[in-house]
Amino acid sequence: MNAIPMSVTVNGEAHALTVPPHETLIECLRDRLGLLGVKKSCDVQVCGACTVLVDDRPVSACTVLAFEARGKHVRTIEGLAHGDDLHPVQEAFVEHGALQCGFCTPGMIMATVALLAENPSPTADEVKHYMRGNICRCTGYKRIVEAILAASERLATGPRTTDGG
Amino acid sequence: MSVGRAATRVDTPAKATGRARFISDVVVPGMVHAKLWRSPVPHARILRVDPARAARAEGVLAVLTAADLPVKDLYYGPAFKDQPMLADGVIRYAGEPVVAVVAETAAQAEAALALVAVEWEELPTVATLDAALAPGAPVLHARLVPAAHFRDLTALRPIPSTNVCHHWSYARGDVDRGFAEADLVVEQTFTFPMVHHYSLEPHCAIARVDGHGITVWASTQHPFPVRKELAEIFGLPLARVQVIVPYLGGAYGNKSYTKIEPLTIALALRVKRPVRLALTVEEAFKTVRRAAVRYRLKTGVRRDGTLVARDCEIHYQLGAYADVGPRVVQKSAYTAAGPYRIPHLRINAYGVYTNTVVSVAFRGYGVPQLAWAYESQMDVIAERLGWDPLALRLLNVLKRGEPLMEGDLPIDCDFAEGLGKAAAQIGWNEPTAAPRRGKGIACTIKAPLAPSVSSAMVRMHADGSATLLTGTVECGQGARTALSQIVAEELALPLDRVRVARSEVGMSPYDQATSASRSTTLMGLAVLRAARDVRDQLLTIGARLLESERPALTLRDERIVSPRGERTYGEAVAAHFGTGGELIGRGTYRGERGHAPLGGEAPFWEVGMAAAEVEVDGDTGRVRILRYVSVADIGRAINPRECEAQEEGAAMMGIGHTLFEQMIYDGGQLLNPSLIDYRVPVMSDLPEEYRSILVENGDGPGPYGAKGIGESGLIPTAPAVANAIARAIGVRITDLPMTPERVWRASDRARRRAAPAEGPST
Repeated sequence: MNAIPMSVTVNGEAHALTVPPHETLIECLRDRLGLLGVKKSCDVQVCGACTVLVDDRPVSACTVLAFEARGKHVRTIEGLAHGDDLHPVQEAFVEHGALQCGFCTPGMIMATVALLAENPSPTADEVKHYMRGNICRCTGYKRIVEAILAASERLATGPRTTDGG
Repeated sequence: MSVGRAATRVDTPAKATGRARFISDVVVPGMVHAKLWRSPVPHARILRVDPARAARAEGVLAVLTAADLPVKDLYYGPAFKDQPMLADGVIRYAGEPVVAVVAETAAQAEAALALVAVEWEELPTVATLDAALAPGAPVLHARLVPAAHFRDLTALRPIPSTNVCHHWSYARGDVDRGFAEADLVVEQTFTFPMVHHYSLEPHCAIARVDGHGITVWASTQHPFPVRKELAEIFGLPLARVQVIVPYLGGAYGNKSYTKIEPLTIALALRVKRPVRLALTVEEAFKTVRRAAVRYRLKTGVRRDGTLVARDCEIHYQLGAYADVGPRVVQKSAYTAAGPYRIPHLRINAYGVYTNTVVSVAFRGYGVPQLAWAYESQMDVIAERLGWDPLALRLLNVLKRGEPLMEGDLPIDCDFAEGLGKAAAQIGWNEPTAAPRRGKGIACTIKAPLAPSVSSAMVRMHADGSATLLTGTVECGQGARTALSQIVAEELALPLDRVRVARSEVGMSPYDQATSASRSTTLMGLAVLRAARDVRDQLLTIGARLLESERPALTLRDERIVSPRGERTYGEAVAAHFGTGGELIGRGTYRGERGHAPLGGEAPFWEVGMAAAEVEVDGDTGRVRILRYVSVADIGRAINPRECEAQEEGAAMMGIGHTLFEQMIYDGGQLLNPSLIDYRVPVMSDLPEEYRSILVENGDGPGPYGAKGIGESGLIPTAPAVANAIARAIGVRITDLPMTPERVWRASDRARRRAAPAEGPST
């Protein structure tokens, strides 16, 4: 199998990589680039733990091939905070206690960023519908919905509205 | 004040930024990777394994069968040592590991699995309770060796030459006389299916063996019992076995006791390299599940509503190996009759081996399966007597101070208070607003782990900050936050001046288990005592430095304060040692053995109450939960928000097995070991109104009056929802999960019965 040369921007940083055609995006991000915040769980595109943004669209990195991200911008949980300065979605998750074991959290937060970019002021029902593809087995979801609604308000009024997507 | 406050979790922001390192993120230099060849058949004799082709594949270091493992004892298990690390001549379930391949990369190991050649001769399969209990059924285990791990399992009672690995029984009064005195006798059989925990992060182990001994990074809730078992298997002193537990991506009993650790270590010994064995979610489905239960429950009741007799016959469908199953059997059967006053009671509980995935601990520890039956039947009784279901419960439920079991802790809560709160929250006495809506309530009890032991240490450093050493595993339940709050409270420190050290058995003092809703309460006591030990030392030093009597001293804002002045903790530590140094506090909790029938007196009862209002779609049978409330009797909440969150999460997990979840078998084959075919709750399943209520009376044995919760939220879910469904559609369903098809069929049968002249509905 011939390796594929590709350029990709990950969290704002340009990478020139050569990847085997069967390498998945999650393998590329975790094993090649050391972005361990991308979590692998179900491996069949159901649970959403591996959600990352490719050109601002949420994808399951477990079932996308790495070379499909050629020439694109990939954003992972590691690219969200500026140093210790958390993204408003991260702040809301922390303040609302919207996580327990935390394994679903990176994917959950990335999916939220995508949701709020598409729909900056979702209703609770819209949140529940959009986020069906992100499974949490610990929290029962209630506080996640609350955190997402709070983040939506914060992004609408806060200073970093341009950073939502 | 730190306690009683919704402090921000101490594992944030790490968990919100992707910086938290879970076990599957751990990289040990030089590590290689193992994959397991799993049996496609449920019961077979292994004739031959040919590793040659796999062994020649690229990157492969070893292809090993049970016979190749360098271990003193191939078998492990907390109740019986009946489970081999790899199948030992006999395969007992489809999915059982038979051959291990170790290679430089996980992909190479995976690729080589296809080259492993195994020949077998199939044996007759017992995949169901009926098949396993049939006369002349093939017996899965000819000889059972008790593990002697649990003091309360010293009297394991297998029925010889059958698949029953443990029979637990209990009786009081005269059940036959009780039924004779009853005006109404209700008898039903309820079933609860096999369900899978699905923690997002599957099991993972990394083992390194060197001149110092064994180090294993383990996804376990029981690092100390695992260390003990590993020391025995590999013939090492406890001091040379190190078990490190990083953050775990969920643990709901699935990571209890020893799982893949012995095999991973054996592989590391063979290839002389650190070995990583990380299961996939599909493999986790083939490794652990909850016991399925068939519960035949017969209850006698007087016309005035009082329960007089109960006969409980419970069969637990365990898997191919016992794991902790026998203990699940007797611990849950202990409260099989519910939190009610019943003079005549007989309980017979049987754990039954079958050729299926191993059933292990799972949040609630067998109690959800039984509460499903007894709380459903309470509503059937109420209906037959024409009583309000809440009133029937209030009449029969045990009051504070009444005994549940002779010799054990009397009831330590007020059920009536909790039930009242649950009922009020869903408007119990208001009429339902629409047809096909109904309300249900449930009231349950669970026995804790008893007796048990926990120790903790608090180190106060030279600058007055503190490190807590505790063996409690953080698996999301928030233990590190709650335990830190206790230290902060006792030592008048801000929470960010307290840190919890990494959980590893070589450093942390002993802890028996992160399980049974015990950590905040019982480890909490050890932590409280360790912090008070430091506090005591600070006051002694302060009395000398400030030339004051000790009673005149207090700790406030990181200072020892007296009428004559004050010293920071740092100044006190420096003055005491002259240079450097730290104060070390120690604390231990040791449970009492007691005289209860199970051998350990409960430190508290974990009670769970819930109420639900549902709406059933007449066309599809789909159940929508409109309102759901769970009520936990917590004594005192160290961190109210996290306590509520535990209950919310537990209840949602309960909604999963109530409405969706089941592992489906065709003969001995599991058909749905994947999230594509196994439906867990998702965000859109969140009830419209969903809350948890904490009852705080300060009446628990833990710090500041705390009691354990967290399983409580899940135990009453199924019957509360089932009782609501029954009132909505007028039909009682006795099998879980209550899928749309099952609800629709039950509803349709009722419609046909009610209107036999009409044709089939379209």
